[in-house]
Amino acid sequence: MNDLIKYGPALAEGFLENVKLSVMCGVLSLILGTVLVSMRVSPTPVLRAAGTLYVNIVRNTPLTLVLAFSALGLSDTLGLTLSQTPSTNSFWLVVLGLSIYTASFVCEALRSGINTVPLGQAEAARAIGLTFLQSLRLIILPQAFRTVIAPLGSVIIAMIKNTTVAVAGGYLAESAFVMKDTFDDTGASIPIFLGLAVAFMAFTLPIGFLTGWLGRRLAVAR
Amino acid sequence: MSTSVLFDVPGPRARARNAVYTVAALAAIAALLYFVYAKFDEKGQWEGRIWEPFLRPETWTTHILPGLLGTLKAAGLAAVLALVFGAVFGLARLSDHAWIRIPAGVVVEVFRAIPLLLLIFFIFYLAPSVMGGGDYAFMAVVAGLTLYNGSVLAEVVRAGVLSVPRGQSEAAYAIGLRKNQVMRMVLLPQAVTAMMPAIVSQLVVLLKDTALGYIIAYVDLLNTGFKILPAVFFGSLIPAAIVVGVIYVGLNMALSALATWLEKRSRRSRKTSAAPVAPPGAVGVPGGGVSAVD
Repeated sequence: MNDLIKYGPALAEGFLENVKLSVMCGVLSLILGTVLVSMRVSPTPVLRAAGTLYVNIVRNTPLTLVLAFSALGLSDTLGLTLSQTPSTNSFWLVVLGLSIYTASFVCEALRSGINTVPLGQAEAARAIGLTFLQSLRLIILPQAFRTVIAPLGSVIIAMIKNTTVAVAGGYLAESAFVMKDTFDDTGASIPIFLGLAVAFMAFTLPIGFLTGWLGRRLAVAR
Repeated sequence: MSTSVLFDVPGPRARARNAVYTVAALAAIAALLYFVYAKFDEKGQWEGRIWEPFLRPETWTTHILPGLLGTLKAAGLAAVLALVFGAVFGLARLSDHAWIRIPAGVVVEVFRAIPLLLLIFFIFYLAPSVMGGGDYAFMAVVAGLTLYNGSVLAEVVRAGVLSVPRGQSEAAYAIGLRKNQVMRMVLLPQAVTAMMPAIVSQLVVLLKDTALGYIIAYVDLLNTGFKILPAVFFGSLIPAAIVVGVIYVGLNMALSALATWLEKRSRRSRKTSAAPVAPPGAVGVPGGGVSAVD
């Protein structure tokens, strides 16, 4: 218990980094996922193929490889710099890698939502003269989003847990790295591990409940 | 499939518009590819020198294949243990006795909620203080993967058994079978067919997550292919990432294809009265198959 009190502030600071990463990646991956799903249902075969290729490759690549490649490949070898400060640079590289990865899962969730929108909705949208983008934006996606709130919640929760892998992307400030660093000094400490586990649960469980409740409340009555 | 209903059979104006979109999309993709090509060229990534090692058999036998073996070993052992863990805890959560059901539920929910990397770090640092010195990287990876994926599989097992229609167990009780006979002879055989696709897609997650071993220096494909190999052949980092990535994507796509095929088969199957179940949080994907969230 003493360990937890002594290293608590450092761990809390690390956990705050996880929260920051989660917020950034959450926003970016939802946007990118929506763009991807629009590509995958678009009337242009080239865009459909590009979207499918993206999702199939990224979804099947380990996140550790994606993040390690962002740091060592994109940044160190190819010279992509997102900030002059090294730690800020790694932060944004991890955000980039994790958003690219999570977007493929967001896309799959949304696509299954689009699949539940009845045929008549799309036909009616066409009948009143809406173009593809209009019918997607006004008719299809609003209904699709409402059906997949709970699955999107699971994707977001998985993403929050995945922020711990940031250490593979060279971002050495979030809580998993702080915990490892502390263990190097103290050896494995059960209170520290449990404290951090509880912190993650306190973050993810409410999201699970909230999205489950919202999903039921906003379900499209059919 | 709704992909085809979002747009009508196009008339002349829509056809012209689609042609414009297609050309624009092609141009954008070509520009992107050229940008990547130019960046690679600028940093000398097309030099034959850094790609050449992958044509030599020694590179494969001394680096890539031993790493792949390490990945498959960890994934194989963790898969077997996770299936056992999942079966035990999944059935325990269905128990009629609250003193079995509740602890099993707590274990499953807790291990599902903890980030896997934290769990692996904890086991990695805990093992030496409990069992003395030694290299526990393999153990930490396997134990972490087992506890996390086992908990997810426990949910799959529970959902599988619950997806068998009630009439099945009622009929079994009516002909005088005991509780464990009902489970063993009636519910489980049908549930296994229903949960097979979900199990296989969870195994894709497990295989992918073996790469976390890279962080604690377990000798897996990512470690030998992406850390050691570029250190031996200086400058080969990007080719190494591409080769390692292709191997991972190939393995996982093969497993995913198996899951899709199993799902189609179990939808047709008359051996079970239950519909295929999805892993917790996963969604059915149009065109067949389930996609586990990771």
